[in-house]
Amino acid sequence: MHAPVVTTGRDLRLDLFRGLALWLIYLDHIPSNVVSWITIRNFGFSDATEIFIFISGYTAAFVYGRAMRERGFVVAGARILRRAWQIYVAHVFLFAIYMAEISYVATSFDNPLYAEEMNILDFLKQPDMTIVQALLLKFKPVNMDILPLYIILLLLFPPALWLLQRAPTSALGASLALYVLTWQFGWNLPAYPDGSWFFNPFAWQLLFVFGAWCALGGARRLAPILQSNVTIAIAIVYLAFAFVIALSWYLPDQAIVPHWLEDLIYPIDKTNLDVLRFAHFLALAAITVRLVPRDSPMLNAWALYPAVLCGQHSLEIFCLGVFLSFAGHFALVEISGAFWMQVVISLLGIAAMIGTAALVTWYKDLEGRNPGSRKKPPDADLAGGEA
Amino acid sequence: MRTHIAIVLAAALLAGRAFAVDPPSCAVPDNLLFVDSSLNRVTAAVSKQRRLAIAVLGTGSSTLTGAEGPSQAYPARLGDALTQRLSNVTVRVASQTKAGQTADMMRRNMRDLLNSEKPDLVIWQTGTVDAIRRVEVDEFRAALEAGVESLQAGGADVILMNMQYSPRTESMIAVGPYVDEMHAVALQRDVPLFDRFAIMRYWSDEGTFDLNAAGRDIGLAQRVHDCLGRALGELVVESGHLQAFVNKANR
Repeated sequence: MHAPVVTTGRDLRLDLFRGLALWLIYLDHIPSNVVSWITIRNFGFSDATEIFIFISGYTAAFVYGRAMRERGFVVAGARILRRAWQIYVAHVFLFAIYMAEISYVATSFDNPLYAEEMNILDFLKQPDMTIVQALLLKFKPVNMDILPLYIILLLLFPPALWLLQRAPTSALGASLALYVLTWQFGWNLPAYPDGSWFFNPFAWQLLFVFGAWCALGGARRLAPILQSNVTIAIAIVYLAFAFVIALSWYLPDQAIVPHWLEDLIYPIDKTNLDVLRFAHFLALAAITVRLVPRDSPMLNAWALYPAVLCGQHSLEIFCLGVFLSFAGHFALVEISGAFWMQVVISLLGIAAMIGTAALVTWYKDLEGRNPGSRKKPPDADLAGGEA
Repeated sequence: MRTHIAIVLAAALLAGRAFAVDPPSCAVPDNLLFVDSSLNRVTAAVSKQRRLAIAVLGTGSSTLTGAEGPSQAYPARLGDALTQRLSNVTVRVASQTKAGQTADMMRRNMRDLLNSEKPDLVIWQTGTVDAIRRVEVDEFRAALEAGVESLQAGGADVILMNMQYSPRTESMIAVGPYVDEMHAVALQRDVPLFDRFAIMRYWSDEGTFDLNAAGRDIGLAQRVHDCLGRALGELVVESGHLQAFVNKANR
């Protein structure tokens, strides 16, 4: 293995923080996991999902924006749709694993205390409905909502990218307008058997488009604002405020938050990307950009290389993380749920993600599809990592 | 608590029914059980009429399967526990359970329950089906609020009861957001919440019960329901301010 070298102009911070987000998503997806206490969702409003979606928008614009400039709308659009297809296939693969796990539990676990909880298995009794609804992305098991969101975002991305390159401000304005209208009229996509999507694509697109906007020159335009100490001060104050609120969730006495404030801020709506969550992400991003500039030597540090590696192969590692969280929970139930076991499962899972990322890098090196590898691919798609 | 168990055991022995095993010590710490909210209608019914009519409105986890299931489930155990603890108070517990009901479906049928049972207290167990079907959290909350309002308008006190702690299905049923909503609604409407989720999790962590166990052990289910019924009884006594009516030997 070699330390990453910045050759393609790719911003390694994207890989680093996407890699870290993937680890956090894995830890958060294991139920009753002590180690998930360290993840950012416990210290404020936003969580790793925001980081993942923002960086995905940023890299999508970075990779496909160049393709669109060099080879036109049709070619770039076709590549984006192919990427959406790959993610769809990955999602269906994860669904198959989920069905395997739930079927095993159905036949091996027959505790009369939990007769009601076992109704989750009713989905198995109607495979005609369940599987078709899953293929239509309407039936989504727990923790399998992010990839369908990503698919919809990419399906809508070609025209968005076209507009972002011609009139970035208008594109961002249109995205913001869609977000506002979604809140106003309660738009969402329908889910099966009830309700609507857990991550509302019409709301979350704002973060994705904002990421893309930043990649296409927006970050440069924001630089004066981000360099200002006033911005940093506001961000710190807001993060501190969010931290105090988050603290109140875990203290038995809720008296530290006055009632009028509770009425004002709750519910903090994850489905529709609450403004408080979005602002929390922006504050985190502003401080991160200040602390870790693009050319920061720490980005080439050996210790951070595993996270960078995971971030460079986000689709593979994300899917593996979802699978590992199922498997990890299974081990906690079947073997032991003790504290040390939770720590071991958490560490083993992250080690497996790093090992797999290294393996994927090796494969892509063989095929000459990696950043910095000698054979330049004709395919701009994956140059500089993947979207 | 320990004396309380001893009395129940003694009463059971006197009644000619010997337990094969002692009832487990399933004491629940006060901070998991007791809340600030009061049950004023319960207080009034007991002090004025010496009777207490309770109705449990629940889904599948409020009953047990088998011929003896309903008599072993927590609603019946609650009735027994209160009858034993309160002297000269007629306690009646009616249980209306229907599997597969979301909070919103239950809310629509509340009037029937109020008319037929005329309860002083309704224990509303809900949330599991909503979590399984992934009902939108906003809709769940709206159903809870509307349901609590109808029950109170119908002349009953309300205790909300949340889901069971079920370690094996944790990765398949995300109960967390629904648990949070029930806490929030209970706090906002000033009704007691029987935090079944936290209590069962406490028992699991303490090793009181092995909730990971697979297999058809109806005994485990019965012991858990017995403990739930007794803990619920303590909550009713505490929130209804019924300490004055507790048997002297039981205080």
